[in-house]
Amino acid sequence: MSKKEKWFLGLLSFALLFTGFAQMPIFKRYYLADIPGFAWTADYYLNHRLHYLLAFILLFYLFYKVVTFFSSFQLKNLTFLGWLKVFLWGGIVFTGMLRVLKNFPQVVFDYKTVMYVDWIHLGLPFLLFIFFILGKVAGISYLRK
Amino acid sequence: MLSRRKFLQGMVAGSALSLLPKGAKAVRDEEELATLLDLSKCIGCGACVEACKETNAHKFPKPQKPFPRMYPSRVKVADWSDKQDVDDRLTPYNWLFIQTAYVTWQGKEYEINIPRRCLHCQNPPCANLCPWGACLKQKNGIVRINSEICLGGSKCKSVCPWHIPERQTGVGLYLKLLPSYAGNGVMYKCDRCYDRLEKGLLPACIEACPEGVQTIGPRKEIIAKAHQLAKEMSGYIYGEKENGGTNTIYVSPVPFEVLNKAIDTGPGRPHLKPVPNSMALEENLGWAVLTAPLAGLAAGALKVVSKLKKGEEKNE
Repeated sequence: MSKKEKWFLGLLSFALLFTGFAQMPIFKRYYLADIPGFAWTADYYLNHRLHYLLAFILLFYLFYKVVTFFSSFQLKNLTFLGWLKVFLWGGIVFTGMLRVLKNFPQVVFDYKTVMYVDWIHLGLPFLLFIFFILGKVAGISYLRK
Repeated sequence: MLSRRKFLQGMVAGSALSLLPKGAKAVRDEEELATLLDLSKCIGCGACVEACKETNAHKFPKPQKPFPRMYPSRVKVADWSDKQDVDDRLTPYNWLFIQTAYVTWQGKEYEINIPRRCLHCQNPPCANLCPWGACLKQKNGIVRINSEICLGGSKCKSVCPWHIPERQTGVGLYLKLLPSYAGNGVMYKCDRCYDRLEKGLLPACIEACPEGVQTIGPRKEIIAKAHQLAKEMSGYIYGEKENGGTNTIYVSPVPFEVLNKAIDTGPGRPHLKPVPNSMALEENLGWAVLTAPLAGLAAGALKVVSKLKKGEEKNE
């Protein structure tokens, strides 16, 4: 992965995490929205739409990478951390897409599905973040060198 | 479609099957149900409000006091537990109230009573934007809050165009998590007596109404009936198109913009203004998100093919 690509994915992940957090009523409670220029962080609709837009970019990128990655036979070089990342991203994408589906008026899930999809979509980014930090601290790469 | 009067007629008529409201059949078939409120019939007696309170009392909050100290201190608690009798606005203990408008329209004086509660939107922003999976829409059109897991963040109220849900502090799951730092109770609103519908019973407000103001039935039939009724009384419809469509359809002999000016609005007292579809942009963006993986796969495939071609050309 090039440096530019790393930056792109890093910024995209941060923006998704931020707009995802903004779905919870915390930015107003904890004063972020009070900082001049940050009032938008407490706008649920705006952040929801931004999250959708960013998800579109992420999904396009991830699925583009899936094809190019598979074709370059890099899959066998994935370390345990690499596979973990793949599964975590997969879970986030899957639950995110279920959530988007659920938000169409024609689609209805039962209450337990709604609950678990939301909780998993909220929990997996935390895990991903933890493993990202652990990987950095321990100096473990997601690809064998 | 079933009003209280017809329901009682069915009971008199006899067979066990005729006792089963059509609404119940629709629930079994998981059909989207809507209610029709003929405002020309409502006398504002409050029987629906009383019935709602009585029937849903077991769902009302039983808060633990003293409430946890909130951080930061500007987070205010919402406590209605000492004001449970309030019935002139929406509260966690009052999910339905009656707004009254005294108006003159086309030279005629009217007293229009409007039972107000959650409208049960077809694409409810409260359910779509709840980040905790606590608010949901059912196949039968009911939008309800799961009080077992709601944290009382009040986002559902903020995004609701009518600001319907009401919070009670000191109750719910947040007490077991980080009570001082996240959450603030549970949000409450009309659940259209989902538990009664499951048993084949009518929502309490419909059953109790002595004037047959409300009718429940499959949405298509209710919409057709609403248009027929509006035509007969040269009246107006509210709820069919509001917020992209709701499952509560009001028909009034007076335009709703006139009624809106004549009613008390504010906290717990929703307006009757026109409401555009809050989720319209998300519905379009949603399609883009769902097709993004295909677009990505296609772009990736193109890239691989062009790489292979370049390789072949080099080999030649």
